[in-house]
Amino acid sequence: MNKQVLVIGGGPAGLEAAGQLENLGYKAYIVEKSDKLGGHLLKWDRLFPESISAAETLQKLLEPVGHITTFLDCTVVSVSKTGEHFSVQLSNDATLNVSAIIVSAGFSLFPAEKKEEYGYNIYNRVITSADLEDFFKTGSDSRIQNPKSVGFVHCVGSRDEKACNRQCSKVCCITAVKQACEIKEQYPDADIYCFYMDLRMYGRGYEDLYLEAQSKYGIRFIRGRVSEVAEDETGKLVIKAEDTLSSKPLKITLDLLVLMVGMIKNADNENLSSLLNTRLGDDGFFQSASPILRSTEGEIAGIFFAGASTGPKTLPESINEAKASALAIHGYLSKQK
Amino acid sequence: MIDFGYSLTSSSRISLDNINQKKLKKITAVEPDFLKCMACGSCAASCSAGNFTKVNLRMVILLLNRGMEKEAIALIEGCMLCGKCTLVCPRGINTRNLIINILKIYKEV
Ligand code: SF4
Ligand code: SF4
Ligand code: SF4
Repeated sequence: MNKQVLVIGGGPAGLEAAGQLENLGYKAYIVEKSDKLGGHLLKWDRLFPESISAAETLQKLLEPVGHITTFLDCTVVSVSKTGEHFSVQLSNDATLNVSAIIVSAGFSLFPAEKKEEYGYNIYNRVITSADLEDFFKTGSDSRIQNPKSVGFVHCVGSRDEKACNRQCSKVCCITAVKQACEIKEQYPDADIYCFYMDLRMYGRGYEDLYLEAQSKYGIRFIRGRVSEVAEDETGKLVIKAEDTLSSKPLKITLDLLVLMVGMIKNADNENLSSLLNTRLGDDGFFQSASPILRSTEGEIAGIFFAGASTGPKTLPESINEAKASALAIHGYLSKQK
Repeated sequence: MIDFGYSLTSSSRISLDNINQKKLKKITAVEPDFLKCMACGSCAASCSAGNFTKVNLRMVILLLNRGMEKEAIALIEGCMLCGKCTLVCPRGINTRNLIINILKIYKEV
């Protein structure tokens, strides 16, 4: 019989890994805790930096997965390893016997309401980047009413000791630039501002999009972290920051404020990690055997990683890592009798 | 060149050569958080004194690191030690303790 591999998490990394494993001749099982495959990709409209459709991308990721056994609304309850085999009990009472496990459990979005000073769920015109993406996708959000001025707050819940997340979430700078351009396309009369500490435009095409945001869309970039948001008597938002480049406190009144929420560890990482006998880093993400040469491998033989379970990643990074992880499993299983 | 104990600067250029490293080491020793600032400006934006005075902790830290001590002290003197900046600093810097020690070390003659 073909060797079997369990994929924990049915987001893009898990889907890609499962597809690759099947190609390599293994039998993959996907366990997904929500009721749908696709993870966070389900919530995206267009993908940075080239505005590729998220739905079409997901469609392509799902194609090879059609015949793979998938357990939705399902979690891992217990894992025991005997020799080279894992016996895995699932919450739906199924038991799987597998030779390897991929943790592709992904990340969670920072709950914006935790940063009370930004007023999410308090003021009506404060939304998150995820809400805005949903608006682009569905075309409706009662909070977005033909705004004439829009602000984007970078690093919400990232790079923030007070939010207990020191890490940079990697994708939100470029997402803000993308969404700023898109909102300008939709509302050409609106003035758009991005409040940033550092602009992290490291990927191919990112700097081009930043340049386009400036020169084509007239987006203004203000170097200062927003310190607080208040609502005036007309329901508009009053934003305070320091304009660090001119060393002056700054105030602006806006119709809409978008909080770029960061990528944080899943709350159940701890539980999953103890079931698998793996370790988490200080940031709460999974720790691989070596961050450079063996980033997709766990410290325990037979445990592998793909995607944002080991820290914030872009979508192409997660997908590439899933391929790498499948290949690492192939190498590992080929050595077994 | 004869050292008269003072120098004339011909331009407003910052000189990293003339920084008082001893004082920088001292402030870092009593408050290691001094090194953690990422210049986000949250302290200055939320400062209780900032709207009416020149108080700006971000600039104070920057200027001290650039050897501009007089200018730095001028930007901290109106501080009321209210501690609001401690609440907002994303690097978790103990800003109040930092300010007290900056005043101690840099105001002593
Ligand atoms: S990618 Fe940009 S917005 Fe996101 S955490 Fe990093 S610096 Fe902040
Ligand atoms: S402690 Fe001083 S610098 Fe900090 S907010 Fe209060 S007045 Fe401003
Ligand atoms: S809030 Fe903290 S990190 Fe930001 S500029 Fe002030 S001292 Fe530096």
